[in-house]
Amino acid sequence: MAFNSADIAAFKNVWVFCEQRQGVMMPTTFELISEGRKLANELGVELCGILLGDNVDGIAAELGEYGADKVYVYNSPLLKNYTTDAYTKVIVEAVEEIKPEVLLFGASNIGRDLAPRCAARLHTGLCADCTHLDIDMPNYKGFLKEASTLPEERIDKLGTVMINREPHPVDRDLKMTRPAFGGHLMASIICPRFRPAMATVRPGVMKRRLCKKDVEILHPEFNLTAADIQTEVTEVVKAAKKLVDLIGADFIVSVGRGISKDVEGGIKLAEELAEVLGGVVGSSRACVDAGWITADHQVGQTGKTVHPKVYVALGISGAIQHKAGMQDSECIIAVNKNETAPIFEVADYGIVGDLFKVVPELIESIKAAKAAK
Amino acid sequence: MKILVTVKQVPDTSGKVAVNPDGTLDRASMQTIINPDDMNAVEAALALKDELGCKVVAFTMGPPPAEGMLRELMAMGVDEGVLITAREFGGSDTYATSQIIAAGIDTYGVEDDDIILAGRQAIDGDTAQVGPQIAEKLHLPQVTYAGEIKKEGNTLTVKRMLEDGYMTVKVKTPCMITCIKELNQPRYLSVGGAFEAYSKPLVTMTYETLKDHPLIDKSTIGLQGSPTNILTSFTPPQKGAGMMLPGADKETTDQLAGILAAKHII
Repeated sequence: MAFNSADIAAFKNVWVFCEQRQGVMMPTTFELISEGRKLANELGVELCGILLGDNVDGIAAELGEYGADKVYVYNSPLLKNYTTDAYTKVIVEAVEEIKPEVLLFGASNIGRDLAPRCAARLHTGLCADCTHLDIDMPNYKGFLKEASTLPEERIDKLGTVMINREPHPVDRDLKMTRPAFGGHLMASIICPRFRPAMATVRPGVMKRRLCKKDVEILHPEFNLTAADIQTEVTEVVKAAKKLVDLIGADFIVSVGRGISKDVEGGIKLAEELAEVLGGVVGSSRACVDAGWITADHQVGQTGKTVHPKVYVALGISGAIQHKAGMQDSECIIAVNKNETAPIFEVADYGIVGDLFKVVPELIESIKAAKAAK
Repeated sequence: MKILVTVKQVPDTSGKVAVNPDGTLDRASMQTIINPDDMNAVEAALALKDELGCKVVAFTMGPPPAEGMLRELMAMGVDEGVLITAREFGGSDTYATSQIIAAGIDTYGVEDDDIILAGRQAIDGDTAQVGPQIAEKLHLPQVTYAGEIKKEGNTLTVKRMLEDGYMTVKVKTPCMITCIKELNQPRYLSVGGAFEAYSKPLVTMTYETLKDHPLIDKSTIGLQGSPTNILTSFTPPQKGAGMMLPGADKETTDQLAGILAAKHII
């Protein structure tokens, strides 16, 4: 029978696309497996990974540490490097054959190339760059009560939506929540009439949770020939400079436009403060656009989303796009000359002053406080 | 050979953003701009035009005022504009939108030596989905996140950016490339160009124009044809005000370090 994405009852289980590059699992994969485990438990189904590459069985077993029940592994020299055509074909045909009800991808530069192509071919919905996922309605309502300004009585009433004039209960639909309009609004999206419900998930947002399972590795048959691939990857180059690991950092000291009067000096101060704290340097988009610092340092809507223990914002005014990337940090410290800067609205501790004067003193104070312990 | 560029008019979310009491965006009170990544796609098209003398056609879907954006692009050097506009197309998600734009592009005609360029993503939805989905509907190869494009005959060599480096990808025309801001610096419109803009051809495609195209069906376009639906939209709560420390001298920083140490944060 031909594949029909609207035949909802035919679909079962939660799948995670397990992105690897050069035989190394991307860290986001483990975050997605943990999140997928939660969703599979809420649905009462299995969690399966789908892993494509060349001789990648060795890294499939790791997925059991985070709760995968099964991993479907597709090995081929044609899958060694990512190509849109090969990966789309293998995933789409696997979905058509095995029929998962949920399919998650990391919202990486590869996930965001692959997922839309798969969704378009499968005729199903895809929600981009999600920051929160739910199946269970009480959990979802609890999330809204925490994370939204919607009145409680409106949240309590949620349960059905009108789809083409018919009431549709959303109990078993994946609720995919994401920022829109540069973080000014949040929206929860559902895909009520088609399966799988597909989402790309923002890296660094979901938490890894160890959950050991005896994972079963499967090798389904598949068809893929060189003629299926219309592009040719001639080289894969890792950035020569070691990129900053903002997502894994416990302490981030970020700089903004406020360093403009002495860019080098401002970055040097941030580096010194970061070193004392044991962290790394981040930045606002303005500094990246001005060419003061490389894009891997950028925090915010178009950069990285971070939640370190401490986020220090130096000379950052706090545009909503920047706040969207850092406001969930455990402790936010802001230093800004302008007392009305919006960054102070999200700061736990604020100092109104010139960062070039405040930071050297702060470095000394922190050194002293650490030495006193 | 011609270059087709897809562009979108978007609310300027970098400025003040107005939200209605029901949690939707108050678009009427906001400025509109040409989506920033699309400007990089237009610049890439115009740079190829400068080199090869090919025609550049801008495609957009949106309400009739989006014509103004197409005229602006013509003033920059775009030769022709296509405005896809119809009530039936309203409420489309990325799946339905790409279905419609692909039908428009296919109706206009894609030849073997053509290139389709798009911005990576639009700042209103930040999905980055419409470019790849148009390519899928047109059965064309795609290369996304282009940081550099070189053309030699019918082969394009694209530096495709990754988070931790890049890959070099070769692809033959016709194909879809999505562009990022690192690709180039968009040019300004010229005074002469602004005069010429209004004499350049602008094609409007409505539901009537496209309704017989195989991609256009009530079940694949507009709100009804969109696989995704919005369950709720909301604004996040403002975090409670933190503590503003008095002063900005050593005493202040000592106080802060003391608090952090007492809370075992450092």
